[in-house]
Amino acid sequence: MKYFPLIWATLWRKKTRTLFTLLSVIVAFLLFGMLETVDYAFSHPSTGVTGADKLITTNKYSITLPLPIADAQQIRSVPGVAEVTWISWFGAYYQESKNFVFALPVDADSYFNLHRGEFIVSDEQMQAYRNTRTGALVNEALMKKFGWKVGDKVPLHSTIWTQKKDASLDWTFDIVGTFSVKDPTQASAQSQTLLFHYDLFDEGRSFGKGDVGWFEARVSDPSQSSAISNRIDALFANSPNETKTQPANDFTMAFIKQFGDIGFVLRAILGAVFFALLFLTGNTMMQSVRERIPELAILKTLGFGDGMVLELVLAESLLLCVIAAIIGLALSFAALPIIKQGLQGVELSPRALIPGMGAAVLLALIVGLPPALRAMRLNIVDALADKR
Amino acid sequence: MSEAIVSLRNVDKRYTRGKQSVEVLQGLTLDIPKGEFVALMGPSGSGKTTLLNLIGGLDTPSAGEITVAGQRLDQLGSGALARWRANHVGFVFQFYNLMPMLSAQRNVELPLLLTHLSSAQRKANAMAALTLVGIADRAKHKPNELSGGQAQRVAIARALVADPTLLVCDEPTGDLDRKSADDVLHLLQMLNREHGKSIVMVTHDPKAAEFAGRQLHMDKGALLEAGTLV
Repeated sequence: MKYFPLIWATLWRKKTRTLFTLLSVIVAFLLFGMLETVDYAFSHPSTGVTGADKLITTNKYSITLPLPIADAQQIRSVPGVAEVTWISWFGAYYQESKNFVFALPVDADSYFNLHRGEFIVSDEQMQAYRNTRTGALVNEALMKKFGWKVGDKVPLHSTIWTQKKDASLDWTFDIVGTFSVKDPTQASAQSQTLLFHYDLFDEGRSFGKGDVGWFEARVSDPSQSSAISNRIDALFANSPNETKTQPANDFTMAFIKQFGDIGFVLRAILGAVFFALLFLTGNTMMQSVRERIPELAILKTLGFGDGMVLELVLAESLLLCVIAAIIGLALSFAALPIIKQGLQGVELSPRALIPGMGAAVLLALIVGLPPALRAMRLNIVDALADKR
Repeated sequence: MSEAIVSLRNVDKRYTRGKQSVEVLQGLTLDIPKGEFVALMGPSGSGKTTLLNLIGGLDTPSAGEITVAGQRLDQLGSGALARWRANHVGFVFQFYNLMPMLSAQRNVELPLLLTHLSSAQRKANAMAALTLVGIADRAKHKPNELSGGQAQRVAIARALVADPTLLVCDEPTGDLDRKSADDVLHLLQMLNREHGKSIVMVTHDPKAAEFAGRQLHMDKGALLEAGTLV
């Protein structure tokens, strides 16, 4: 710590230059924090279902291809499967396309049986849901977001499903109740969810009757998940609708990857940013040391050893990068709520910021080492020759 | 005669630049007794600064023996030389060579960073050194807020603060007006007479040399005595 005032003063020797370099690195780490957070969210998705005992069965070739609802009976017959339900992707929004709603047509009996104990719904509202054909159960966060109340009629626009009666993409539901989830880690994943009756959906749509998007199964023994998955897929091998059964987490990942390899895209952007940053900060550090050759020579004259001079220059680089990283990452942390609005249903975690500090240290070492080595190798007599 | 603080025996110094080798010092032998104030004079290129660098442990000889404050410098590696410099020698340069971003007090504290002194002790010692050279009231000022004479006093305080046995001064008044130069020279003389500091000073200025107890003249890499090469 006794060297800190010297390192700090040296860092601010050229205030404007240091300030601009600091700002550049702050912006880079702000970007790093935001992209890393998004990358983390996509690579560690919340499944929307709790526990390791859930399997998802989709069409083998694409999750956009349907499966016949009749497959549910066969899946239920597989030893180890405790319950099966089916769901389709409704693709809905409310009033404007930016108001995404995770609307899911579900079979009430099997869905809530499979997810027993996971949802918090009052008995009265659950009964109302079961009794109302156009009824919908809406997550409390979604109710709050759009200012809905129980008893409201809400129109949702599906991007896929036209109605048989008038070819309209607009579907109207009666909100009969609200729900929340017991597991707080699932709160974000369920925050945009609206559940409505599969029968209403299946009978009302103009095409695809009898088809489902995917099956969800609960297994009695999670340690047998892999064997049970194989058994399910074996049932439909060589049929017109071959299946792919996988743990719920893997399914969510596959679903996200429909949009492309987000992780690769984000890492490519980060790579480009840091490559540019290496040149910028590296050049600044080199220039800074070049200008201070006589001062470094004086330090050596006073008895600072070669290793000590190397450490001082490295410490300066470390200080610059770590300060910038802390500020940049703190800003990206502060921006989490804004990112969350743009990535509805995806759980963001500040844990994604941890690699940022590692990146800062790595950056400091890479950009600091060449000038530090130059300072270390400095010959006192040569360096002082023009500055006596 | 008192014990020599600086002792050189048959010292050669050659610089090699590519294929060219330049002999700067040739077979130089010199003793400087402890507590002496020596002025080293001579024309440019005579080897004064090279000799000063060798005495101050900034450079090593190509041949010969150099003993300063009881330590054979020609046998030390760069790390050991750095530690030796920190403990035994203080440097004063023509252009002060202060750190521009540090206050006078912080500049003077620099050599003490290499000691085990606490922050408070370092500050107290730095203030004591600044008081000794008569510039304590400028402790918080940065070098660009000081006159040349004041900056050189700060540089002398920095050279003194670790209580070295030897002060090595390279043209300490070369950048100063007459009045400031005389003030600095009086200060060096006081440090020599009242505090017993041994001083080796390179200068072109005969008036500055008069402040020293002994004048040595160099030419073409050798010492002259009464106009004769020795």
